Amino acid sequence: MSGARKILIFGGLALAAFGMLYGLHYALFVEHQTLDSMGKSLTEGFVAVADQRQPQAHEAVQAYARIKYNYVRQVDSHSHWIGLAMLMIVLGAVFDRVRFSERTRRWLAIGLQVGSILFPFGVLLQTADGSARLGSVLATAGAGLVTIALAGVAVGFARLRS
Amino acid sequence: MSAGRMLIMGGIALIVAGMVFGDIFAVFVLHQNGGRTGETLLAAAQAATDQHAAGVRDAFTRIGDLLEDRGTKVDTHVHLTDAGYLALLLALVQPYVALPAQRKKRLAEIFMAGSVMLPVGIFLIHYVGLAYSPFRVIGWASVLADVGGAVLVVALAGEIWGLWKYFCGERLGTEPELATENTWSERVLLSGGTMLVLLGFLHGAWYAGLDLYEHEQGEVRILNELADQAAANSRAGMTQAVNDYGVLAARKAVSIAAHSHLIEFGLLAMLLSFIQPYVFLSETWKRRWVMVLLAGSLILPVFVLFEMHIGLPAGGIADAGGLLIIVALTGMLAGVLRYTGRADSVIS
Repeated sequence: MSGARKILIFGGLALAAFGMLYGLHYALFVEHQTLDSMGKSLTEGFVAVADQRQPQAHEAVQAYARIKYNYVRQVDSHSHWIGLAMLMIVLGAVFDRVRFSERTRRWLAIGLQVGSILFPFGVLLQTADGSARLGSVLATAGAGLVTIALAGVAVGFARLRS
Repeated sequence: MSAGRMLIMGGIALIVAGMVFGDIFAVFVLHQNGGRTGETLLAAAQAATDQHAAGVRDAFTRIGDLLEDRGTKVDTHVHLTDAGYLALLLALVQPYVALPAQRKKRLAEIFMAGSVMLPVGIFLIHYVGLAYSPFRVIGWASVLADVGGAVLVVALAGEIWGLWKYFCGERLGTEPELATENTWSERVLLSGGTMLVLLGFLHGAWYAGLDLYEHEQGEVRILNELADQAAANSRAGMTQAVNDYGVLAARKAVSIAAHSHLIEFGLLAMLLSFIQPYVFLSETWKRRWVMVLLAGSLILPVFVLFEMHIGLPAGGIADAGGLLIIVALTGMLAGVLRYTGRADSVIS
C-alpha cells in the first residue's frame, strides 16, 4: 500500500473515530443543555414583551442568537469531521487510480488530511472567546486546502484511461 | 458470509432505508411541520401582545416539540444513510484488517447492530420523551441512541486495531484486495462522484461566505421585529415578521440540504464504483442503474435549491430525484444479492 493511501485510510479512520467521540461527548454533556438554553432564551424574550419589558426582550433574543451561533458551529464541526474522514477513506481505497506521480499523490493526500482537520477545527474555534477571527482564517484555509486537493484528485481521475 | 459482503449488503440496505425515510419525511412532514411552527410563533407573539405570559410559555413549549419532531427525523435520515456509507467504507478496507475471519464478522455484526440502534433511538426521542427517565433532560430513547453511537465507536476501534496490525506487518486473516475492472460503470461513478463532491464543496463555500452570517443576522432582526410588533399590538406586523421568518428558515434549509446532498451522493457514487464487480448484472443493466443514480443525484439537490423560486413543483421533482436513487440502489442491491447467491452456491 502506497504512502498516500496509508495517509488517507489511516488518517481518515482516526478522524472519523475522533469526530464520533466528539459527537458522543457533545450529545451527552452539551447538546441537550444547549437546546434547553436556546428555548428558554426565546421564551424569556416574549415573556418580557408580555411584561412590557422591551429592553430585556431584545437582550433575550441576543442571548438566543449567541447560543445558536455556537450550537450551529459545534454541530457543523462534528458532521464535517466525519464527512471529510469518510471522503478520505473512499479516496484512499482508490488513490492509485489518480494518474499522477507518487510524490504528487502524497502531497494531495497531505492536503486532504491537513485541510480535513483544520477546517472543522477552525469552525469550532469560532465559538471560543477571542478566537473567532483566527477560527475563520483556519476554517477558510482548511476548506480551501481540501477543495484544491479534491480538484487535483478530480483531474487525476479524468486522466484515467479505459 | 464474509464480513465484507455483510457490510456491502447491510450498507446498501441502510442507505436505501435512509433515502426512503428521507423521501417520506420530505413529502409528509417537512412542510406541514414548518407551517405549524410559523402558526405557533404567531400565537406566541399574540400571547405577548395580550400580556399573557403563560400563553407565551405554552406556545414556545409547542414550538420546542415541533422543532424536536423535525430535528429527530432529519437526524434519523442522516444517521441511517451515513451509517450505510460507513459500512461500505469498512467493506473496502476489510482486505487490510489483520484479524481472524470470525472476529471480522463479529465486528461487522456489532457495527450493523449499532447502525440500527442509533437511528432508531434518535427517531424515538420525540415520542418517548422523558418517560420513566432518571435523568433531568435525557430520556431512554436518547440513552439508546448514545449506546448505539458507543457501539459504533467500539466496532470502529476494532477495525482500526486490525488495520494497525496490518501496517505493523501482521497478515493473519487478510484477503485479496477488492478487484477493480476499470469498466465504464466504475469510471463514470468515480469521476461523476468526485465532480458531485466538488460541486457540493463549492456550493458550501459559497453559502458560508455569502449567506450564513446574513441569515444569522436576519434571524435576530426578524425576532426583534416580531417582539416590537407584538409590543405595538400590530397583528399585520406580526404576521409579516412570522412570514419573513418562514422564508428565511426555508432559504437556510434548502441551501444546507443542497450542499449536504451533493456531497453525500458524490460519496455514494464513488463507493458504488468499488462494488461494481460484485453487482452480478449484465453491463447494459449496470450502466442503466449508474445513469439513473447520477441523474437522481443531480436532480435532487438542484431542484431543492429551485424550491425557493418555483415552489412545490420543484419539491416534487426533487422527491422524484430521490426516488430515482432509491430505484438505482435497489437494482444494484439485487445485483449484489445475485453475486452472493452465486458465490455461496459455488462454495457449497
